[in-house]
Amino acid sequence: MGNDNTQQFAVSIIVSNQSGTLTRISSLFSQRNFNIDSFTCGETVDPEISRMTITATGDANKQDQLLKQISKLYDVKKVELMTTDNTILRELLIAKINATGESLQTVLEAANVFRSKVVDMSPDSVCIEITGESSKLNAFLTYVAPYGILEYCRTGLIAVERGKKCLYGVE
Amino acid sequence: MELSGCQILIETLIEQGVTTIFGYPGGQVLNIYDELYKNRDRIHHVLTAHEQGASHAADGYSRASGEVGVCIATSGPGATNLITGLATAKADSIPMVAITGNVPMELIGSDSFQEVDTFGLSIPVTKHSFRVDRVDMLAQTVREAFRIAKSGRPGPVLVDIPKNIQIDKTAYTPRGISEKTPDAKPDTALLDQALGMIHESKRPVIYCGGGVINANCSEIITKLTEKLDAFMVCSMMGLTAMDNDHPKYLGMSGMHGRFAATKAISECDLVIAAGIRFADRATGNRTKFAAGAKIIHLDVDVAEHGKNIDANLQIPGDLHFALSYIASKLEPQKHPAWEETVQAYQKKPKDVCVPEGYLLPWQVIFAVNRKAPPDTNIATDVGQHQMWVAQHYHFKKARTLQTSGGLGTMGYGMGAAIGAAVATGKRTVLFTGDGSFGMNLNELATAVSQKLPLVIVVFNNGVLGMIRQWQNLFFENHFMSSNLQRKTDFVKLAEAFGATGLRAANGPQLEEALEQAFALDTPVLIDCLMPPEENVFPMVPPNGSLENIILE
Repeated sequence: MGNDNTQQFAVSIIVSNQSGTLTRISSLFSQRNFNIDSFTCGETVDPEISRMTITATGDANKQDQLLKQISKLYDVKKVELMTTDNTILRELLIAKINATGESLQTVLEAANVFRSKVVDMSPDSVCIEITGESSKLNAFLTYVAPYGILEYCRTGLIAVERGKKCLYGVE
Repeated sequence: MELSGCQILIETLIEQGVTTIFGYPGGQVLNIYDELYKNRDRIHHVLTAHEQGASHAADGYSRASGEVGVCIATSGPGATNLITGLATAKADSIPMVAITGNVPMELIGSDSFQEVDTFGLSIPVTKHSFRVDRVDMLAQTVREAFRIAKSGRPGPVLVDIPKNIQIDKTAYTPRGISEKTPDAKPDTALLDQALGMIHESKRPVIYCGGGVINANCSEIITKLTEKLDAFMVCSMMGLTAMDNDHPKYLGMSGMHGRFAATKAISECDLVIAAGIRFADRATGNRTKFAAGAKIIHLDVDVAEHGKNIDANLQIPGDLHFALSYIASKLEPQKHPAWEETVQAYQKKPKDVCVPEGYLLPWQVIFAVNRKAPPDTNIATDVGQHQMWVAQHYHFKKARTLQTSGGLGTMGYGMGAAIGAAVATGKRTVLFTGDGSFGMNLNELATAVSQKLPLVIVVFNNGVLGMIRQWQNLFFENHFMSSNLQRKTDFVKLAEAFGATGLRAANGPQLEEALEQAFALDTPVLIDCLMPPEENVFPMVPPNGSLENIILE
């Protein structure tokens, strides 16, 4: 089953903000042999409700099963597949780059082109903060890689549908 | 009215209609046991020999009665011992509520005595679980646990109650039983589409799983089978969905299914699959399963649709509604050619000849079948004996079989038989093997102390038969760890526990033993000596199909 090509997809999940909810969702991924590519979670307008964004990779069948299995969990209020064409997808990256002198100039130029922000500088390193879709972050990392990335940290994707329609809460 | 947590627990259990609890006391449930003492005229507590036995007993109780089975255990090892029972119930969608005590909340996380993360452990083996961290949440949590256990696709729910919550007091207002949330109505447009497909079919098969039993659909599925002139095939979980002596009943298909059933599935042009999940043991190679047929899949669990098989028509929702709708709108059909084809397959395997001098598995099953009244509950363990029972026992009524289908839990049978006997108050038969029985035979103590009319039929062939069979067929007779070489005397063992022990090495001895066993109202074990070489046939090898079937 599921002959389609595998691709990455984002899922937004509205859950009741209870102890154990996170464990239960992550346990589902190991129970069903789904891989989480990235995971974010935070409070919503209603403090009793949290919103999660999970990105995973799989074919159409896996995607369908993932959505159905998540929707069955007791703590889950709503789950939706975030289609790329109608979704604002964002991720934050902070990269620490080993750059001085001439290479520093090139890195700063790149930072400018990618519309990122320098958040820290030391005599032999620079920290750059960049937001955008994951592909933009990947492109930036590829470009600066030759100058020496000391470390970087990514938040994982968050996703919100365009327009007035909300995933949860506004009836 | 201000009550303590454990008083509230007992009151809410009674409110939920609970009359029996299976359990084992321990440090963190002593307060609850004190309340059980005070309420011993309202709730019958069955002390098992091991918490695993209690969990299987609650499961067997539930399967036999249709009610939510309840078990209780202490923290730490008490809770971990429940895990196999919870996983067994989850795999077979059995409604159950497990109560565990835990260390006081201020000690949680400090690795205190008998502390384990019960909540965390329970997650993958339950439908849902709760840890109660405020006494004013306790009543509502227990009520919710029962609602979740029986609603939609049923399953086990665990409620973990730290000791301080058991002692804390709060106001308690009695309430009625938590009703099952009604299942979603299936889309009638889809059901009409199904009717179209059914009217076009010339070779229909109705394929039943455990969902038919959970949703109490035996009557309607029989009516539909007759009106459609279809054959009925089932998974192991669906064995009691219909009177097994019905002329249209073909029995179990799949790895150890009956030949005619497997053949009918592979040659039909339409499968109406009801409450079934197309598990690997039932389908074999899924690309070849019912390859020439259209499949209509009816199941209450939306996630089962498209999980294992892409049905031509997926209809989630209330199974009883769907079947009733189809049955009422269906024009009565006749399929004489299909009837003739399948009838011919039913004669295919050669008649079993019974050798003298020793017992053969089916001989024992037939003898018990003749002896036991039609509504007798039959429990099994897991392995060859289980497959033989599935193939040869004629079940007459829904819920008369307690067997671990999905998880295949060896050691399930003793607890389950106890649960069924307690639920029905009637004689219950356990078919077990010397391997499976060895896993939880300690529950003989429970059967004796509860004075249960239990007939334990041990298929004693000195080997782990199913392991041996695979080693015989697929591992060049490398009988690694399947030859038990034990010296256990099951007759003496039964007597040591205070039960009656009998032995049968041939037909007449078996008849005599059964005569004695069915005259007693206390636990009896019959040690049936059998040859180790018998294999379960037919067999479709793993991931195989009809073309790979081994008949003998």
